Amino acid sequence: MAHIELKNITKKFGSHTALTGLNLEIADGEFFVLLGETGAGKTTTLRLIAGLEKPNEGQVFIDGVDVADWGAAERDVALVLQQYSLYPRYTVRQNLEFPLKPKIRRLPEAEIKDRVARAARTLRIEHLLDRKTDRLSGGEMQRVSIGRAIVRKPRVFLMDEPLSALDAKLREALRTELKNLQMQLGATFLFVTHDQIEAMSMGDKVGVLNHGRIVQTGTPHEIYNNPRDTYVASFVGSPPMNLIDGRLVNDRAVMAPVNFELPLGAKTFGGGRTSGATDGRPLVFGIRPEDVYLESGAPVEARVHDVENHGVEKILTLRVGDTMLRATVPARTDVAIEQPVRFAWNPDKVVMFDKGSGVSLRHAG
Amino acid sequence: MASVALTHLDPASRAAARGWSDLTIRNMFIIPTLAFLIVFNIFPLIYSLGYSFTNFAANRSEPWQFVGLQNYRELLSDDHIWSNFVITAKYVIVSVAGQMIVGFGLALLLNRSFPMKGLITTLLLLPMMMSAAVVGLFWQLLYSPSWGPINYVFGLGDFAWLSNPDSALYAVAITDIWMWSPFVMLLSLAGLSAVPQHLYEAAAIDRAGWWYTFTRITLPLVSPILLIALIFRTMEAFKTFDIAYTMTTQPTAELIAIRLYKQAFQQWDTGKSCALAYIVLIMVLAITNLYVKYLNKVKER
Repeated sequence: MAHIELKNITKKFGSHTALTGLNLEIADGEFFVLLGETGAGKTTTLRLIAGLEKPNEGQVFIDGVDVADWGAAERDVALVLQQYSLYPRYTVRQNLEFPLKPKIRRLPEAEIKDRVARAARTLRIEHLLDRKTDRLSGGEMQRVSIGRAIVRKPRVFLMDEPLSALDAKLREALRTELKNLQMQLGATFLFVTHDQIEAMSMGDKVGVLNHGRIVQTGTPHEIYNNPRDTYVASFVGSPPMNLIDGRLVNDRAVMAPVNFELPLGAKTFGGGRTSGATDGRPLVFGIRPEDVYLESGAPVEARVHDVENHGVEKILTLRVGDTMLRATVPARTDVAIEQPVRFAWNPDKVVMFDKGSGVSLRHAG
Repeated sequence: MASVALTHLDPASRAAARGWSDLTIRNMFIIPTLAFLIVFNIFPLIYSLGYSFTNFAANRSEPWQFVGLQNYRELLSDDHIWSNFVITAKYVIVSVAGQMIVGFGLALLLNRSFPMKGLITTLLLLPMMMSAAVVGLFWQLLYSPSWGPINYVFGLGDFAWLSNPDSALYAVAITDIWMWSPFVMLLSLAGLSAVPQHLYEAAAIDRAGWWYTFTRITLPLVSPILLIALIFRTMEAFKTFDIAYTMTTQPTAELIAIRLYKQAFQQWDTGKSCALAYIVLIMVLAITNLYVKYLNKVKER
């Protein structure tokens, strides 16, 4: 179990800068999810912590100790890779025993047996123990590679998109299992993914990474409801947050070019009035699709541009002039394409971003 | 079976206009090769098998007689021949083991990135590309007791590498190791670079040391290709002639191929030497077969 801290990390690969001034802190026993698009620097961050890469600048601390000169072995981390990295030609049991058998750290035979059995039981791969690894399915291989991590009882678990190569059903199942496993072990997990659903459902804390910088860290709830900028707002959530350009006029949102206007609630200003929210300032208004609702007496008229039926709910794309916005409505709502509808938003849920910087007014505070 | 793989001839092509079918064209490619193989390989092979049962001598015009298994019987009970086999076995073991160790070791050293890697690899491959007779002559000069650089460097005085009966065979083996280690190195490099990098990273994370990683990951993954190198080198070493013949005349370094040459072209005992050639062939086949069987087992694992 360990506490991890990255301080001002910069990592370059030739002329390409993968990470710029990255700061990150992961508390002991926390399930931390690093979320970002492909190429955002997630894997590089993991490899830096694991000791497979050295940063150009900055420091990595594990339990408060600067580990710059430590190799992967001394850092005592476990890394589960996307490509499983099972040792070929060995059985599942031999793979699980591998980290326990190097001469220097060799454990007594009984202890090895016990740990392998326990890991196999936890991951439900007991029936596979004597099978060769090339005869396993993707999900089984991923379990074995997680198993190889847990037999060692490392200080930190690092997982690099372990679920992304699996099919949807299995991904869902393993998601829950991993989360349970983490709680059971009480271990520090750093989980890297590009899938915002994984991040939201598993993380105690989520860090959003964009172009080698941490944009925002917080609980999934914070990230979802109070995104720091328009990038986080549009990256997290499916469908993403609606972002509409506009201005503030007498506490009402006036969309520019002037198509429509909507009221804003007191909570939008975070209790009191946010200092930056002055009349006439160009802003981007953010509203989650589930906070947009249809009502016959609502202030704005729109046309239904598209309907996506998701079973439990429908996702509508509404068109007002040139502006499109999405609304999540109950499945029983009966709408047809091109039908005129009236809509409103939950004024308390509106997030205002500065038009120029894209930063939320609440965070700029 | 073969007809399944045939593509159909475009009816508009010139070949079709000449009235050739797919089969005709296939035969035009295959028959010259087959004819060449039969005339220059298979026919001599069978013909020499016939000679091995006669007392035929190529330099005499007197009629030859069929002697049955007499040649084989004489050869197999000849102590001289057996000592040649023992010498050959020693030579094969020393030189092949040396090549495997040096070649694989070099490959391990080269299997990382460093400046001028390409140039160094090419330079290391050069010995393999030289003519064996030239290599033999050069090493004869290197080993020269009075002014050879080897004795000078190692301070061995006037040690006569090639005319000392105890060292001649090993001196030749060292030359062979120098010449053919690059071959093992080349194959090993191919095998080593095929080991995925992420396995090494996983092993590093699993806190495996260098030796543990080497024996548990590297070796099992390159062993099939190492075995192939071993097969090639054993076969080649078994029939070594050129290097040894140019370097030394010591009877303690008389390999079976040299014995065979002397019997065939100095004593002109054609029938008997054919029989000896067949004995050697069967032995090489047997050894190779053992290796191939083992190779298949290794691959299955």
